[in-house]
Amino acid sequence: MNRRVGKTVSWQRHWLGMLLVAVVLVAVPFVAALGGQAWVRIANFAILYIFLALGLNIVVGYAGLLDLGYVAFYAVGAYTYALLASPHFGIHLPFWVILPFGAALACFFGVILGAPTLKLRGDYLAIVTLGFGEIIRIFMNNLNAPINITNGAQGITLIDPIRIGDFSFAQTSTVFGVSISGPHKYYFLLVTLAILVIFINIRLQDSRIGRAWQAIREDEVAAKACGINTRNIKLLAFAMGASFGGIAGGVFSAMQGFVSPESFSLMESITILAMVVLGGMGHIPGVILGAILLTALPEALRYGIDPLQRMVFGHPVVDPESMRMLVFGLALVLVMRFRPAGLWPSSQRRRELSEGTH
Amino acid sequence: MSEKPILLAACEVAKHFGGVKALHDVSLTIRRGEIYGLIGPNGAGKTTFFNCLTGLYKNEGGYFVFDGNRLAADAPHKAAAVGIARTFQNIRLFGNMTAIENVMVGRHLRTNANVFGAIFRNPATRAEEVAIVRRAEELLHYVGIHERAHDYAKHLSYGDQRRLEIARALATEPKLLALDEPAAGMNGTETEALRLLVEGICRDGVTVLLIEHDVKLVMGLCTRVAVLDYGEKICEDVPAAVQKDPRVIEAYLGGSVA
Repeated sequence: MNRRVGKTVSWQRHWLGMLLVAVVLVAVPFVAALGGQAWVRIANFAILYIFLALGLNIVVGYAGLLDLGYVAFYAVGAYTYALLASPHFGIHLPFWVILPFGAALACFFGVILGAPTLKLRGDYLAIVTLGFGEIIRIFMNNLNAPINITNGAQGITLIDPIRIGDFSFAQTSTVFGVSISGPHKYYFLLVTLAILVIFINIRLQDSRIGRAWQAIREDEVAAKACGINTRNIKLLAFAMGASFGGIAGGVFSAMQGFVSPESFSLMESITILAMVVLGGMGHIPGVILGAILLTALPEALRYGIDPLQRMVFGHPVVDPESMRMLVFGLALVLVMRFRPAGLWPSSQRRRELSEGTH
Repeated sequence: MSEKPILLAACEVAKHFGGVKALHDVSLTIRRGEIYGLIGPNGAGKTTFFNCLTGLYKNEGGYFVFDGNRLAADAPHKAAAVGIARTFQNIRLFGNMTAIENVMVGRHLRTNANVFGAIFRNPATRAEEVAIVRRAEELLHYVGIHERAHDYAKHLSYGDQRRLEIARALATEPKLLALDEPAAGMNGTETEALRLLVEGICRDGVTVLLIEHDVKLVMGLCTRVAVLDYGEKICEDVPAAVQKDPRVIEAYLGGSVA
């Protein structure tokens, strides 16, 4: 009897919490718009990075495979969209064809990367994946001759926005009397995708597959002896992570209308990995927090450093751009020094590190 | 003794590391329902034999016939699939998973849920998950550590960790359970409890292959014993006969102990 009452209360609280999150999620772009459309775009990128970081979380956080070339899959997805929906080849396929295709292609590349690296672990795996990421970027940079496929370093422009019938994501339209701008539309699309990836992450965590990943992370030999086909299960992690990267890339392409190899540098891979590690590896709320902070902090510093210097010294002392990266780097160092398990780790991960038995 | 059907036959299994012959044409047969002991001094090749059997090493010569079929030599998960489960000399649990999760990983092999099942949680997957938990609970009961089900594996006592490893191995529904020095580091009481557990496992229809240093335990528990020395089998017989074999006394018991 008592237990029943307790359950109802916890359900009510559960729904209340959900409602609150929903209200906040809907409000964010309108509040951000008060500071200018730039802030809506920043919010969009934060959510795009949540999506990417949670995709990478499957590979790094769950299966424990250190992947430094994740941005390669993002690039594959982005270029797939760019080539199939731009004047470059004159092909204009709808997004609901290209996004799944981009995901499948990225997934294929995930397996290509995964297959030769199955026997590698830790730092060795990191080096190989890093090389893979660079190979993809260099290909994008140089595939403009003899046949111009990627348009080289100039990148591809005039990419189609996402469009459902006449409802284009690039224009402002009025829905129920509320004017919704392009970035706002992308915001809601991205939130939907992010909720999807969060849901998938949660569901995978406590499943037969999730346990197999965790077992491989803990002790690969013992996992094999338990009858886990570690080859297939690791490839599955790579493939899943890669397909999320591919989807993110496609949306990125459509949102920006422009892609170039520059967007897919090693730094990008490192940033996404930093989001996972800084937030709390394998812990979904932690990874989300990491992605938001690492997107928002550099932007906040971009807008905040200059006024702050004027306030304190009366005139700018250090170039705001270099100061920004300095503060950012310092923040990373401090977090890792004082919270090695991440800002918001799972209880389990915290224990691992505190006992030094990783 | 009554001749039960053969479960495992090792035929001239050979393995060397560089110039060291770890196993030199070792042949032995294990019958269904036996508790078969494998003993020998340190470095005699017992664990190497285990690793070849369970596919962690690839043997250079010879082969294994298990349950009427030849074993593929290089895939541990395939060995587990045909029904060979093992424990490790230096316990290898998933330390940051709870005891029950460890056993649930052992159920991986006998369950089917794939990624789509995991994401959509269809009725079949949910039912399977319930069955996994229930079986894992039963097995923890069986080895006697059910009250520690939700503790992290690495926080269990040494003896409990050994038991958990056995429960995880049993979760794969083996026909042959290979135990690598399960009594190492145990005190008298713990060893006695382990003896009862192994006897129970055998009674419940699982054949046991046991590597052990504790001679008393092996002699009291095993139906037959093989002795390895420098990678060669020097003797295979019932415990009483093995104890009297002069080669064994010389190699293993140091020549003076009888």
